Amino acid sequence: MILLKRSFNIVGLLLLALLFIFPFVWMVSTSLKTLGEAMTFPPKWLPEVLQWQNFAAAWNSGPFLQYLTNSLLVTGGILILQFVTVVPAAYAFARYQFRGQKVLFALIMVTLMIPAQLIFLPVYIQMSNWGLLNQAWALILPFASSAFGIFLLRQSFKQVPHELIEAARLDDASEWKIMWRVMVPLAKPTLITFALFSFITHWNDYFWPLVMTTNNDARTLPVGIAQLRNTEGGVSWNTLMAGNMLLVIPVLFVFLLAQRQIIRAFTYTGVK
Amino acid sequence: MMQKAQPYLMILPSLVVFALFFLYPIGYLIQLSLHDWNFISPEMNFIGLQNFQQLFADNEFKEVLLNTTIYTVSSVSVTTALSILLALWLNKKGLLYTFLQGAIFSPHVISLVSIALLWMWMMEPDYGLLNWALNLVGINGIQWLNAPETSLFSLIVVAVWKGLGFNTLIFIAGLQSIPKTVYEAADLDDASRFSTFREITLPMLSPTIFFLVIINLIGSFQVFETISIMTQGGPINSTNMLVYYIYEYGFQFFKIGYASAAGVLLLGIISIFTAVYFWLLSRRVHYQ
Repeated sequence: MILLKRSFNIVGLLLLALLFIFPFVWMVSTSLKTLGEAMTFPPKWLPEVLQWQNFAAAWNSGPFLQYLTNSLLVTGGILILQFVTVVPAAYAFARYQFRGQKVLFALIMVTLMIPAQLIFLPVYIQMSNWGLLNQAWALILPFASSAFGIFLLRQSFKQVPHELIEAARLDDASEWKIMWRVMVPLAKPTLITFALFSFITHWNDYFWPLVMTTNNDARTLPVGIAQLRNTEGGVSWNTLMAGNMLLVIPVLFVFLLAQRQIIRAFTYTGVK
Repeated sequence: MMQKAQPYLMILPSLVVFALFFLYPIGYLIQLSLHDWNFISPEMNFIGLQNFQQLFADNEFKEVLLNTTIYTVSSVSVTTALSILLALWLNKKGLLYTFLQGAIFSPHVISLVSIALLWMWMMEPDYGLLNWALNLVGINGIQWLNAPETSLFSLIVVAVWKGLGFNTLIFIAGLQSIPKTVYEAADLDDASRFSTFREITLPMLSPTIFFLVIINLIGSFQVFETISIMTQGGPINSTNMLVYYIYEYGFQFFKIGYASAAGVLLLGIISIFTAVYFWLLSRRVHYQ
């Protein structure tokens, strides 16, 4: 009886896994088929001959080197700027007592709840007035700091024992030096967690680049890949899935490497 | 003197970013909503609340609001219910369970663009995998994204699939924070599994449920990607929702004031949820 129950449980678990993994397997399989093989019913599970040229076809169907460069530039730019703006702010909130501290912190936390979907119109007009549309700056600047990052890092700075800072002060270290040389290395796990969160969020983002750019020279991978579906005379599903893999693989790879930390980073936004 | 200014200087860069790109645009959005402007002409026409009047007189917009509400209420309630069940099931130690938690979470880290394209392919009516699977049990030819009767439902399916893992993991964290002694006491009282769930687990989980529901509501009201990629609001307006509507009116019809008025409405809705969220947060902090 217990054995029966246990095997039912395992069958259920495997079905659940299938429900979440199979779509990705199906994407891989489709990406390696001929268009004819993709469009048969009932479906063919595996391609007869692996069609690696689908990846080349997807890549060559648009300026994908440009998209990739833009994606790297934008995501990298955001991460660097966030690092230099978030660390001092978090340090100030964790280690100083100053007038207006609570109000300022509350103000920053409120911005956490303001989604890009709410403010894209006014920001678009601003960017247009500044002549920044279709430039990487329009995709980087709004995310040059992160309320979530400040919140996360403040917690971890607070946990650094006071004695360590006192010892550094006795050694005549400046505040600046204490922040970068003592606190930042100690907060490394938090910083990595946040960097993973931020990388995935901005690498995957479709809405902001779509809204802020009209020109292929400025667009990022998600927007470029979404354009693949607009082919004349019906969608080439095999090429589309090959293009889709270009977007999925880097993130899935990072996820498999750092699954625990990534889950922690994302679930933190929910719990707190 | 320098010493006193130090913390302010440290916060300043972040503050400038938030002020320029979050706080100021909110004010600007409200200002735009009171004007008639096509983005190109040098002059903005002040027209007061006319945009709002027009908005509420528009039948298409009523549909949009209804679609958004149906989408939000169904995806949030289904996701919440299913993820509680999944959390109860998957809250165990062991390689298989860790693997499964990762597997159901994986859609959460993948771009919605990829997920939308992938599901579009599986929902293809003639060759798609879903219709093949349904064929096996004798159901034929569902039009998924191509018929107004099913299109909104199809987007809800994708939303639930994407959100299930994140919610389940938060519920697992919530379950693990319930003290074991409470369950041991229930065990001594010979309580049935269902009554243990109803009398202990559910009440202890209720703060987590509240938080998740609010976060999911806020997220769900902003749905854009799946619409933009899978349906463009169609067929016949059946999947058009708030953010996509604002996007259409702003960027395709250049009715900036009108689109902003819809934006102000969205701001109002999200502010209400946010207020509830912070109210709950402050209560929870007091408890601790």
